[in-house]
Amino acid sequence: MPDAIIAKDTLPVNGPGRLSTGWWGMLCLISTEGILFAYLIFSYAYLGVQASGSWPPGGAPPLSLALPNTILLLASSVVLEVGARRFRSGRDRSTVPVLLLTALMGAVFVIVQWEEWGRKEFGFTDGAYSSIYFTLTGFHLAHVVAGILALLVLAFWGWQQRLTRGGLHLALGRMYWHFVDVVWLVVFLTIYIVPQQP
Amino acid sequence: MATVPVPAPEQEKLVRTWETAPGVYGWCATVDHKQIGIRYLVTSIVFLLLGGVEALTLRIQLAQPNLKFLAPEQYDQLFSMHGVTMIFLYALPVLSGFSNYLWPLMLGSRDMAFPRLNALSYWLYLFSGIFLYVGLPLGQAPNGGWFNYVPYTSSEYDPGINIDIFALGLIFLGISTVVGSANFVVTLLRTRAPGMSINRMPILVWGTMTASVANLFAVPALSLACFMLWLDRNFGTSFFAVRGGGQPLLWQHLFWSFGHPWVYALVLPSMGIVSDALPVFCRRPLVGYTAVALATVTTMVIGFGVWVHHMFATGLPTMAISFFSAASIIIAVPSAIAVFAWIATIWTGRPVFKVPFLYFAGFILLFVIGGVSGFMTASAALDWQLTDTYFVVAHLHYVLLGINLFPVLGGLVYWFPKFSGRMMDERLGRWAFWIMFIGFNLAFFPMHIVGLEGMPRRIYTYPADLGVGGWNLLITIGAFMLASGILLFLYNLVRSLSVGEVAGPNPWDAPTLEWSTSSPPPPQNFDIIPIIASRHPLWEDRLEDVEDRSQLTTGYLLDHGRETIGTTPLDAEPNVILRMPGDSLLPLCLAVATSVLFFALLSKLWLIAGLGFAAALVTLILWFAPEPLADPEHPRLYA
Repeated sequence: MPDAIIAKDTLPVNGPGRLSTGWWGMLCLISTEGILFAYLIFSYAYLGVQASGSWPPGGAPPLSLALPNTILLLASSVVLEVGARRFRSGRDRSTVPVLLLTALMGAVFVIVQWEEWGRKEFGFTDGAYSSIYFTLTGFHLAHVVAGILALLVLAFWGWQQRLTRGGLHLALGRMYWHFVDVVWLVVFLTIYIVPQQP
Repeated sequence: MATVPVPAPEQEKLVRTWETAPGVYGWCATVDHKQIGIRYLVTSIVFLLLGGVEALTLRIQLAQPNLKFLAPEQYDQLFSMHGVTMIFLYALPVLSGFSNYLWPLMLGSRDMAFPRLNALSYWLYLFSGIFLYVGLPLGQAPNGGWFNYVPYTSSEYDPGINIDIFALGLIFLGISTVVGSANFVVTLLRTRAPGMSINRMPILVWGTMTASVANLFAVPALSLACFMLWLDRNFGTSFFAVRGGGQPLLWQHLFWSFGHPWVYALVLPSMGIVSDALPVFCRRPLVGYTAVALATVTTMVIGFGVWVHHMFATGLPTMAISFFSAASIIIAVPSAIAVFAWIATIWTGRPVFKVPFLYFAGFILLFVIGGVSGFMTASAALDWQLTDTYFVVAHLHYVLLGINLFPVLGGLVYWFPKFSGRMMDERLGRWAFWIMFIGFNLAFFPMHIVGLEGMPRRIYTYPADLGVGGWNLLITIGAFMLASGILLFLYNLVRSLSVGEVAGPNPWDAPTLEWSTSSPPPPQNFDIIPIIASRHPLWEDRLEDVEDRSQLTTGYLLDHGRETIGTTPLDAEPNVILRMPGDSLLPLCLAVATSVLFFALLSKLWLIAGLGFAAALVTLILWFAPEPLADPEHPRLYA
């Protein structure tokens, strides 16, 4: 008959952060999504290298909307991080305002991006550049929208007081949102900054 | 630390806790890794038979020159579906079946890290398989080969829904592969029994882990390429279409960035099966465990840098071709390390010639032949002569069938007692093996010759004066022989389920943890979570170099609901109790919603697609909803 051990110390149940399987699962998700963007950027570069005319066809894209929008998105990560840490350390009673503010900043990003799409002189199907431009920024936009949904669901659970201080859900939401922002930085550098030549 | 015996009521409680509910609900809602593993195995073998019937139909058409058994268009669909079926719907899922069933048992855990995700990946696999097959009865199956090259598959040259089924179906299947792979990776990192540090894991676990990490990195390339193709075909974008500045070669780069690593994903876990099971029949541990484990990982790492060897004939710069040719040849080094390890294990052991041993020994021979022809096609100068001939078909069947099918069948015989509690018949097994082995070589070795004689692949017939009619007839006879061997194998398998000799927990006298439980294992796998001190927990009393002793009868009980222990990623020190979810309909619901989405996208019913997407989102939110934790600090560890 097997014997069971009586341990001296107790172990946590479904512990926070790296103790949970969810944290590692999110890491896998982020890896595979990150690689997806790497293949998108590879496609962008390959089409650009092989293009017969200039790349991008109409010259470098303007920064007037994209640059402030980038700053806004990166700022949203800072807001989320500061807010979540204050909640964790017990200085804030709730994360709901921070989650809503972050989601709002994300929503403004989406609207500005939409506006930028509208201002383009080319459409989705005009050529290789327009196809990859809209696909790459569109994939990112879809990720932002998914992130906003996640933040709103988290805010709802926070309002119902179902989120714990060291809990997993908030940690996963933060990881995903930061990932979306870091990916944007790479996309922004690829599409907007690299083609800017003096 | 003190120990107490596990009383019988506690054992019954564990069984009750982990049992799947009876009836239709339980069938739809189960998250038991053993049931899901068996489902994977059965489904993938059904697809193996479908792909086999397709292959035989093709071989009838090719048996003689100028036959008209199939129309060219039918031939295209059948060879495409044969490739898609064997590569995507049989070869990887069958390995997932083994890993799903065996991992928690080998690792000393009660389930995979994400049991519901496990169920989801199975349902997605099943539904995407059906999705890929819906076109075949309508004469609208994918017809661009499993590689699906543009511009042949662009809408100008291939209108209809054939290629859309391929593109959407593989995105669909890719979701299953990625979630399944993430589950394997986290299971490996977090749920090993205390003491099972990474240098004590079975090689199968190394193989599947390496393949799973590779899947996480490779599958997005295919999903993206398929998505771009779908946009090109249905919305007029120009990723691959030359008229808008697109690049047909981009398809090949993305496809083979995925496709080549995937080939290793299909073989590394089956090489792991051999590395774990072959030593049992040699009555000694595997020679060079560390070298084989590292060779597994090295193969995969180099495997990501060789995709261009599928593209030597596309006019790439010489520098690129030289680099990728060298990289492809270097990959022979880790493969040879594994081969020498197996040969040394047989050489220095006392082999018992049971049926699984025959499969593993046969595999080594086929692997060497396939490896040599791989070395030949890796050399660019030779490849320019051999590319798109039957020589390549011979090579890829030697590697894929040789490395995947033979270990899988050997593994089925080997673990059959664990799955079913009974042994497979030895005499029938020998007959099946020899028919299959001779049939295999009759079918595929002459393909090298017809390839060298100049017969192109992917053609539906050939002229009589090419002089390969006799060889092709022989190939067809070999193919039918191989198929009859497989049927005999399956007959033996089904027959042994009811009349096979009763096996007992460890009929082969094997050293790894899965053989320490009853056959078949109880729902909770282990009454207590064992504590591991070596690579061969069941052989410790006879191996001299083992210092410590594993504790298989003393360990953590964990009986407060479905629980298993979580350990640190490298050293497997216990640091958390993982509370596992129970049976749930959410995986099936999510898979159904995803199917609705994909079928609607295929039919361009955008409203229904939106509804499917919304349903999937709602299911996901329910899936992740926080559950109240009754006792965050566990009061009673253990016992």
